[in-house]
Amino acid sequence: MADTQEQLLANFDKALLRFSTFRDNHRVVVSPETVTKLLSFLKQSCDFDLLIDITAVDYLHYPKAEHRFGLIYNLICTDREERLFVKTWLDEPDLTIPSAVPLWTGANWMEREVFDMFGIVFEDHPDLRRILLPDAFSAYPLRKDYPLRGRGERHNFQRITRAES
Amino acid sequence: MDMNLPDNVVLTKLDPLANWCRKNSLWPMPFATACCGIELMAMAASRHDISRFGAEVFRFTPRQCDLMIVAGRVVMKMMPVLQRIWLQMPEPKWCISMGACASSGGIFDTYAVVQGIDHFIPVDLYVPGCPPRPEQIIRSVIDLQEKIQKEGSLSGTEFTERERQHRKRALQDVLDDTL
Repeated sequence: MADTQEQLLANFDKALLRFSTFRDNHRVVVSPETVTKLLSFLKQSCDFDLLIDITAVDYLHYPKAEHRFGLIYNLICTDREERLFVKTWLDEPDLTIPSAVPLWTGANWMEREVFDMFGIVFEDHPDLRRILLPDAFSAYPLRKDYPLRGRGERHNFQRITRAES
Repeated sequence: MDMNLPDNVVLTKLDPLANWCRKNSLWPMPFATACCGIELMAMAASRHDISRFGAEVFRFTPRQCDLMIVAGRVVMKMMPVLQRIWLQMPEPKWCISMGACASSGGIFDTYAVVQGIDHFIPVDLYVPGCPPRPEQIIRSVIDLQEKIQKEGSLSGTEFTERERQHRKRALQDVLDDTL
């Protein structure tokens, strides 16, 4: 992980990257403008060939939050067995970020899930639609301002009684 | 009637005869969405054998079934599918809601899980448990057999008739209250 860090510092401006580490968890926080270049550099030059997860966090009620959403890419280099978390931020109203699908095809469904749950739009995604919830669902449930029990969507169906069936 | 009938002749009425035939040969439609499906399979397997009670034939097409066992939580994306399968089953048909999640949403009181399929489907029997033991599910099938024997009819129209009576009575209650 030390040489990955060196390589990143050699190729990117030091002010753009923020490294931190806790035990074996290595992360780098970048701004959303830099994240696409960073990801493609990590894939092409640092050999991070496996994107294992993309997820997001809503910091709406977090006491010391600077931005509303954090977007986290979980990368693995299978040769050196290293894991790196690339984290970026997004703020309302502009929740768009370039898609990672041109780099890793596995990002397709992961970005669809993030879109479904948080409403973050990925530009140039080949097929950005809901994946877990029905298409007609109108809200983004994993945001902190959406109630756990929903807003009545779960019981919005017609009742079939014995007389009709 | 004191006819001297030989021992292999039985006199009965048509409705109980039809009920006896139907109850001892229920063909379940397993609608197993989640963990309760495992216990449903266990019930159908050799140790706890549901075919002792006639419900052996698990046809996976609703067109040929008369008992729908909803095993597992039903999410709102699956609810229209469940309703369509229910409507595709021919009458007479019965529904067993198996497990806590199908009966009431179980521990999943969230935005996506329907809190009990009886909001949208007419249910005859509820089996509590998470998951219910296979013996419990077999007991529920036996209870359903008793229900069929007591309340069934030859033509299979006891449901619409009962529903119509129920609605008429409910309307009468409302009218009595307002007047």
